[in-house]
Amino acid sequence: MLGEAIIKGMAVTAKNFFGSYVSKERLPTVQYPEERLVPKENARQFPFLVYDGDDWEKGLRCVSCQICEKECPPKCIYIIKSKDKKPDYKGQAQFYPARFDIDISVCMSCGICAEVCPFESIKMDTEFELSTGDRFGGLLLPKEKLAKSNEHYRKVHPTDAAASDAVLAAEIAKAEAKAKAAAEAKVKADAEKKPA
Amino acid sequence: MVESLDQLFVNLKHWALGFLPEALQPLVSAVLSIVPLVAVFGGLFAIVTIFERKGLGRIQNRYGPNRVGIPFTDIRLAGFGQFIPDGIKALIKEDVVPRAADKVVHFLAPVVLLIPVLLTYAVLPIGRNMTVVDFDAGVLFFFSVGAAVEISVFMAGWSSRNKYSLLGAMRGIAQMISYEIPLILSAVTVIMLVGSLKTSDIVAAQAGFTAGLPNWFVLTPWGFAGFVMFLIAALAESNRAPFDLPEAESELIAGYFTEYSGFKFALFFLGEYLGMFAIIGLGITLFLGGWHAPFPFLTWVPSYVWFMTKLLAIVFFFIWVRGTLPRLRMDQLMSFAWKFMIPMALINLVVAAVWHFMAGTGAARWVVCALLIAGPYVLLGRGLMENKHLGKRTYRFAD
Repeated sequence: MLGEAIIKGMAVTAKNFFGSYVSKERLPTVQYPEERLVPKENARQFPFLVYDGDDWEKGLRCVSCQICEKECPPKCIYIIKSKDKKPDYKGQAQFYPARFDIDISVCMSCGICAEVCPFESIKMDTEFELSTGDRFGGLLLPKEKLAKSNEHYRKVHPTDAAASDAVLAAEIAKAEAKAKAAAEAKVKADAEKKPA
Repeated sequence: MVESLDQLFVNLKHWALGFLPEALQPLVSAVLSIVPLVAVFGGLFAIVTIFERKGLGRIQNRYGPNRVGIPFTDIRLAGFGQFIPDGIKALIKEDVVPRAADKVVHFLAPVVLLIPVLLTYAVLPIGRNMTVVDFDAGVLFFFSVGAAVEISVFMAGWSSRNKYSLLGAMRGIAQMISYEIPLILSAVTVIMLVGSLKTSDIVAAQAGFTAGLPNWFVLTPWGFAGFVMFLIAALAESNRAPFDLPEAESELIAGYFTEYSGFKFALFFLGEYLGMFAIIGLGITLFLGGWHAPFPFLTWVPSYVWFMTKLLAIVFFFIWVRGTLPRLRMDQLMSFAWKFMIPMALINLVVAAVWHFMAGTGAARWVVCALLIAGPYVLLGRGLMENKHLGKRTYRFAD
């Protein structure tokens, strides 16, 4: 009633003013270019293409099935399927993308491409410092720029990468079991054929 | 040594004038008084904007500007170079004038704001012998010229042909006229007791020390009440938070200067800050002993340093208030001025008279005067709040 509350309020702001010089709690700003926070694990910016091994061209998981291209809401993915085939991670002959472009000026970082990909080959990255002077060419990323190693994926999203690795390991195991069964069946068939 | 440092600028001016022929001396003397004043207070404006932004930032738990330092180098100076790009930006921005605006009045409004504000500096005693024009009606001149600011506000608001500008101007004029009364009434106490409108006489009346404390008027009961009221009214006169209704970014965009851009906007900004410095300077002159040192052992510090220190201290206090208090509502603003400030200022006039006539009674006049102020303060404060039903809000349906 008589102005006590004003004095109380002034005390609060004074505490904040002087506190900001001594306590980190009262000054939580991170001065970005010099200091930076570690990105959160479930952060996502733009998609990238995962490859296994050392050679990105050889190890690219993408088989150019074009599901992501069709699912992409803003239609920022552009794929041309290859004419020939090359072996994938389990040795099976597959198509590969002759061309794979993502226009990150159109991309809205929804992550649908990563969710629909049945080959664990397109994933979301956490890289955000992508500003460029060339707003057309600089933001249209070709597959050379999109390809990033599985190690990178393990680093930015450890949990998801582990799950994805497990899926791929199961696929390989299944393929091996199938090959083994096929081989056994063949041996058996050959053995049955022989006496006849 | 101490004496010459104190009178450095005065002597420098006289030395420079000595080289000129007799006929030119009055004119050059005036220019030599005005130019440094405008430069110093213009520079102060630049620095204070940074202090304000940084101070508000710290109050809100953030840094405020801390990047820009000396141009073309990596020296950051903790952001104190920010006013240079700010100024360049204001200068090179496009000057948009609304098609419907009254072009002449729209152009003149910022000039009309700046001229009276600069004129008020003429009577401020910045230091010992450092008043531009020390004439008998100094305080009266200050208030009458300062009142011309309202015309500029109205010119800007009316000529813009914009509802926000007009509302801002309407609020601004209502506020400035209402708060001019307590402002002048609280200053009148000092004029009554000193018996002079001359600013240098008012400062001289506060010279000397009793029992280690300065003879400033703020250290008397009526002077303290007067100073507090003067500060509140000065906040309202200079349109600063919590009395920033004429500008009210969140409601009126920028109030009466919504339609101003580029350098005209900067002129409004400059005029507002210079007006604030001037009115603080008058407050210092009236209540805080002008350029006198606060303690006997500090009298060796030059007088203009004391004036600037006190000025900056009050500016920081204003920034602190801006960072704390929310904006008042229009009716609250008006009822505060008319129902609280003006009665208190009138009571304070009586108290000052009582103080004058009880001279020589020692402690008795302190007790009587303090009670005469505290009593009405409590009664008025309580009385105004009686029918307000303040407290925790209860909801009929929502709970």
